[in-house]
Amino acid sequence: MSALPRAHELGLIGCHVCGLVCRDTQIDHAACPRCGSSLHRRKPYSCMRTWALLIAAFIFYIPANVLPIMRTVSLGDVDDNTILSGVIELWQKDSPDLAVIVFTASIVVPMMKFLVIGTLLLSAHRGTPWARRQRAALYRLVEFVGYWSMLDVFVVALLTALVQFGFFSQVEPLPGVVYFGLTVVLTMLASQSFDPRLIWDCQDDDD
Amino acid sequence: MTDQNKPNTSGPNAGGNLPEPVVKHRRFNASWIWLVPAVAALIGLSLVINAWRQQGPSITISFQTAQGLESGKTVVKYKDVVIGKVTGIHLSQDHSKVIVKVDLEKSAGGIAVSDSRFWVVRPRIGLGGVSGIDTLLSGSFIGVDVGKSTQTQTDFVGLENPPSVLHDSRGKSFILHSGDLGSLDIGSPVYYRRIQVGRVASYKLDDDGKGVTLQIFIDSPHDKLVTTESRFWNASGVDVTISAEGLKLNTQSLATVLAGGVAFNDAPGPHPDEKTAEENATFSLFDTEANAMAPPNGEPRYIVMRFDQPLRGLTVDAPVEFRGINFGHVVSIRMDYDEKTDKFPIYVGALIYPERLGRVHTKLEAIAKSHGDNDMSQIVTTMVAKGLRAQAKVGNLLTGQLFISLDIVPKAPKVPGYDPNARPLQIPTIPGSFDKLQEQMAQIVDKLSKIPFDAIGNNLNHTLADLDSTIKQVNGNLLPAFQDTLKGVNRTMGTANQTLGTANSALSADSPLQQNLAGTLQELQRMARSLRALTDYLNTQPSSLIRGRSKDAPLPDTSTPTAQPQQGSKP
Repeated sequence: MSALPRAHELGLIGCHVCGLVCRDTQIDHAACPRCGSSLHRRKPYSCMRTWALLIAAFIFYIPANVLPIMRTVSLGDVDDNTILSGVIELWQKDSPDLAVIVFTASIVVPMMKFLVIGTLLLSAHRGTPWARRQRAALYRLVEFVGYWSMLDVFVVALLTALVQFGFFSQVEPLPGVVYFGLTVVLTMLASQSFDPRLIWDCQDDDD
Repeated sequence: MTDQNKPNTSGPNAGGNLPEPVVKHRRFNASWIWLVPAVAALIGLSLVINAWRQQGPSITISFQTAQGLESGKTVVKYKDVVIGKVTGIHLSQDHSKVIVKVDLEKSAGGIAVSDSRFWVVRPRIGLGGVSGIDTLLSGSFIGVDVGKSTQTQTDFVGLENPPSVLHDSRGKSFILHSGDLGSLDIGSPVYYRRIQVGRVASYKLDDDGKGVTLQIFIDSPHDKLVTTESRFWNASGVDVTISAEGLKLNTQSLATVLAGGVAFNDAPGPHPDEKTAEENATFSLFDTEANAMAPPNGEPRYIVMRFDQPLRGLTVDAPVEFRGINFGHVVSIRMDYDEKTDKFPIYVGALIYPERLGRVHTKLEAIAKSHGDNDMSQIVTTMVAKGLRAQAKVGNLLTGQLFISLDIVPKAPKVPGYDPNARPLQIPTIPGSFDKLQEQMAQIVDKLSKIPFDAIGNNLNHTLADLDSTIKQVNGNLLPAFQDTLKGVNRTMGTANQTLGTANSALSADSPLQQNLAGTLQELQRMARSLRALTDYLNTQPSSLIRGRSKDAPLPDTSTPTAQPQQGSKP
């Protein structure tokens, strides 16, 4: 299957934006002569950027889970909930379906993203040809799921806006939700900055 | 880095005619991306540091029950500011208590001192009022009263009830002594002129169990109303008095009637040396306002009196008076048997408050002190010698209730063998005035019964019979004779009457005697006239007496008698 040559083997480079194929002149800061967008064979410093964003996201994920994200005031009864305590409360109050949704969106998905992107990065770094299709599928999954990761933030924002009945019922956002939002944004940026073609850049391309 | 962008110029150049990329200046170095995790790390670090800095001491509080407490949710509030949170609740080793673990905030670290007090604020509804109603919905929280000590402590015993006096309350505490607690409780109000100015802070039984000591707290600025002359009384309950003015019902507020309370006021009368009471000054708590306002009782003394006469109507709590001044009350009435005299004496024990006698007590005490007599027994002995006696007197003629009256009875019989050192102090007695009256009445009746009414009656009968016969005699003999005598007298009187009639007729105007008398008097008049004529003639013609009457002078003789006054006197 190594019959098909790669672009860099042919000394070619394609523009990501307008699709113009240029000759690879090996200059550092190349730009497309047609549309002017930066020209690179792979996203520059993709791994470094992904690592940095992933680490930042992970750092923010700690306070997002430790700090309470939402304060519910109901008839003077003040209740501060972190993500996990909210899930537990939902589960105990006979809403296991909701609990599962929140748990998936807030715990499972971010953790999965960390693991997947971390795995992708590590495997790309090592250039191993192991399970390249599955890794590509994982990457697509991460990209897809990323759109839905802000579920918690949306819930808090909506409740805060809607549930404002003073003494009877009130919902206030707490700092935790900011960190959670930052985590989601950073993981999305990380998955974006990762160049999935790195999965396929390896010597042994017998897949 | 990992990008495989190493030049591969050896490969076939497929695009010889393809355009070449232009050079574009990169705006920033890709390594700047590491600022993102660096900033994240900084934020995270600052959170950690902040949390660590906010972390105050962790304390444990033990409660009887964890009712209303919830781990991770129940907060600790001071002045309604959250200063900590319950982080754990578990049972003590012996399962008798609940140990509540509380993490305080750093800023509130200073409250963990040895005299701080913690309690659970829950809704409480009592007769004294409703509190903590907001916690009905919001859930309980732990309240704190921050102490003033500087000694830190981490293990506290929580109060089961909120303290009524907080450390930062401005005001003064005072100590009250009372016989019993009444219906007072912690938090019971203290009134001054029916305005609540304080509350009962605590109470405890005296060490000897003979009374109750209460601590009350008067809020500033009312604390200055408590003076050295203040009197405290238990304002709970209803005070009903029946006096000459009629039925009088006196209460404090309705809440006080139900839930109890303390009231205070100055004792009546002027107080020249009155000054504001010191902190923790001690006062007595009286059971009624009247008792409180009475002169101070001072130390009670126990006296015993032996009565030999029955004491029907004497009850416990009957007043003991000295010359009409109530200064004590009866506390016990016991009967005894005296083998020697074969009598049933009654021993009456009474508590007296000599200080109620005012100056009497102070003066006597001074005298006693000057004689080195500490408990005044010598004075009492002297007074007994002078006739100090107790009497059971009738206080109410209708009910026959008795009271004990102490007085100096100068003519009282001497008491042989009076022991001044006997304890309790003995006061000799004399029969009461009513008893005396009874005795004297009995004596009179005795004497009356000794009078021989029968004999007197018999004698009187005989006398009357004699009298009867005498009267009969008088009637039979004396009266007819008397009648005769009267008849005689009558006749004599008739004669006398006739005599008088005769005299009367003799003297009447037309009687011959009278006429004779008139005639005689006329004759006498004529005689007097002729005599005068004679004398007049003689006066003018004295010679006639010798020569006789002349005949030549008849004319002047006729004119002269009309001009002469002598003729006018003729009747």
